[in-house]
Amino acid sequence: MLGFSLPGVRVPHRKTTAHMPAVTMPPPALVTIPMQQHIGAPATPIVKVGDNVTVGQVIANAGGYVSSPIHASISGVVKAIDQVQLTNGTFSPAIVIASDGEMTPCPSLAPVSVTNYDEFITAVRDSGAVGFGGAGFPTSVKLDIKDTSCVDTILINIAECEPYITSDTQTVMADTDYIVYAIKALHQFLNANNIIIGIEKNKPQCIKRLSVATQELSYVTIKSLPSLYPQGGEKVMIYNTTGRVVPEGKLPIDVGVIVINCTTLAAIAKYILTGMPVVSKCLTVDGSAIASPKNVIVPIGTPISDVIDFCGGYKAEPCKILYGGPMMGIAVNELTAPVLKNNNAILAFDAKDAAEPKTTPCIRCGKCVSQCPVNLNPVLISKAYRNNDTAALEELKVNLCMECGCCSYICPTKQPLVHRNKLSKVMLRNAKAKEEKK
Amino acid sequence: MSQLFISASPHIRSKNTTTRVMLDVIIALMPAVVASFLLFGGRSLLLVATSVATAVLAEFLFNLICKKENTLYDLSAVVTGILLALNVPVSLPLWQIAVGSAFAIIAVKGLFGGIGQNFANPAIAARIMMILSFGGTMSVFHYPADTVASATPLAMISGGAERMLPDTLDLFLGRYAGCIGETCSLALILGGVYLLIRKVISWHTPVAFIGTVFVGSFIFSMPPVAEILTGGLLLGAIFMATDYSTTPITKSGKLIFGFGCGLITLLIRKWGSYPEGVSFAILFMNILTPYIEKWTVSKPLGGAKK
Repeated sequence: MLGFSLPGVRVPHRKTTAHMPAVTMPPPALVTIPMQQHIGAPATPIVKVGDNVTVGQVIANAGGYVSSPIHASISGVVKAIDQVQLTNGTFSPAIVIASDGEMTPCPSLAPVSVTNYDEFITAVRDSGAVGFGGAGFPTSVKLDIKDTSCVDTILINIAECEPYITSDTQTVMADTDYIVYAIKALHQFLNANNIIIGIEKNKPQCIKRLSVATQELSYVTIKSLPSLYPQGGEKVMIYNTTGRVVPEGKLPIDVGVIVINCTTLAAIAKYILTGMPVVSKCLTVDGSAIASPKNVIVPIGTPISDVIDFCGGYKAEPCKILYGGPMMGIAVNELTAPVLKNNNAILAFDAKDAAEPKTTPCIRCGKCVSQCPVNLNPVLISKAYRNNDTAALEELKVNLCMECGCCSYICPTKQPLVHRNKLSKVMLRNAKAKEEKK
Repeated sequence: MSQLFISASPHIRSKNTTTRVMLDVIIALMPAVVASFLLFGGRSLLLVATSVATAVLAEFLFNLICKKENTLYDLSAVVTGILLALNVPVSLPLWQIAVGSAFAIIAVKGLFGGIGQNFANPAIAARIMMILSFGGTMSVFHYPADTVASATPLAMISGGAERMLPDTLDLFLGRYAGCIGETCSLALILGGVYLLIRKVISWHTPVAFIGTVFVGSFIFSMPPVAEILTGGLLLGAIFMATDYSTTPITKSGKLIFGFGCGLITLLIRKWGSYPEGVSFAILFMNILTPYIEKWTVSKPLGGAKK
């Protein structure tokens, strides 16, 4: 089953910040904390304008089962509760806090006693942890399984396969003890007897650190994986470490696996051990326009512009600014956009790096097909999309596309292939909704 | 600060371009061009130059007249021009190669929508047009160039004169009568290895094609080494049956395509009226390509069965 890994592309690493431990940024004057920083229902604000808040204080409760509470990331006064537009175009209420410059921790924060599965899940929920790898799925929901016997493997994802990003690397190096504590908790409360740490080979310092730290834990194996993007894609890593295939429309848990990001684990352990929930995030700030690239620990809600100022501002005019890595990151249109829980990088590109390459006619070289990790055919998907052929889109399984972008990356004619895949999914969804109405 | 630029991910792209791919094919064809000069003299270079110049001019004028974007930068016209020239005898009148080259670019490629849209390989289709139109000059082969015409190895085989075949070293180095670019196996293999290293082509089609002819030669009691080293088999299998536009995308499709090319080549050589059959085989399989692609559509990982 193994010794064989899914296809992918060899992206440039550009991990210039790999050996830069994260520095903590001073509190910004203002933070804007959206209530929608996760998949699911937005959180419900429980503070009013004018309230004094302290770091770690709950300012919004989870808005449902699939949701997550939100905490104040700085101490100060609630200035406003406004609607803000998120990068995906939707609007979300947001709590704006003006800093008092003190960063006073909430006085009621204390270590949490966790002795059984239910207490563990409650602690995970209260910590505000969501999938920090990018998706932002509430972690408590992922771990809340009816029957622990249906999970035989927990996969800890430290692939960090996107170029530039090294924030997970810093977390592993700085918070090794938290990660090990969380691994032990997963073993104890979820009866997980096979915990696999999946990590790309280009992080030898992390591999070394974790192998020493988990030496005594017989249920932990470290799998060092090739640096082949998208190694950190959930389904890709499950296949490359266990040989299991997650079927269409199913979740990892359906094949007995839970995948969890290492920084998410560290955040859960930190909450249990110190009482401090998710109030900040380690970000890699890099790119050709950034004067002094760094790893920075940033309060949630800090405007991107403040983070960039902290990194010495720009050395070239920024033409494109990204939330996240260059393969799957989102281009932002304004610098006031706040840092969210599931952010792991801010990249600023100069004119040269931001320039869109010229698209030329498809030459049918087939590279997009041979490099697709899940063996889709982007050429035919694009054709079906142009023809509005939803039956063909379904046949071609476009919904299996994880939007990793290998096809667009490798394409010699620079076709926007993954973008068409995304649009095809929307087309298919709309067509199905229409059919159901009939 | 100026407006920030918004675009869909990914925000970095590989350096590969169509121009780079075509440049690689041109580089890979260079050993064969040099070999044609060494074996057949300066006139072969004149044929290549005429063919390339006509192809480039035809593409330029076609796009101009059709008010289409100029596509000369992609170098595909240069590739077609070189390939066609390598597929003709050294004594061919220059105007005939020019006609063939213009036909390849305008009739086979341009009229079907340009690069990536043509269903038949332009050089192959043009060569077949030339065989039918210029039968007299397209079937006269000289080696060396200034001597009287002689038979190609495949003509010797189909004429029952197998004992007159050049020895294997001569076959390998191309010291025999044939089209200017098809005889030197060494040069073609060098080009093929380069294309494989640069990942421009995959091994599937050439191996299936050449392998089928080799194994089939034993079955049909034909001389296997001569069958694969002559008659444009290597030129076709490495450079023409691997053309992106006109062959299947998937690996299994490429294997079927190569096998089909090999089988048809064998059948034509054994029972057809032409001593060789590579061009016809590839053209025929070009036509089947859409069907092969339908049979061999890739199976997505985790795709639910119907």
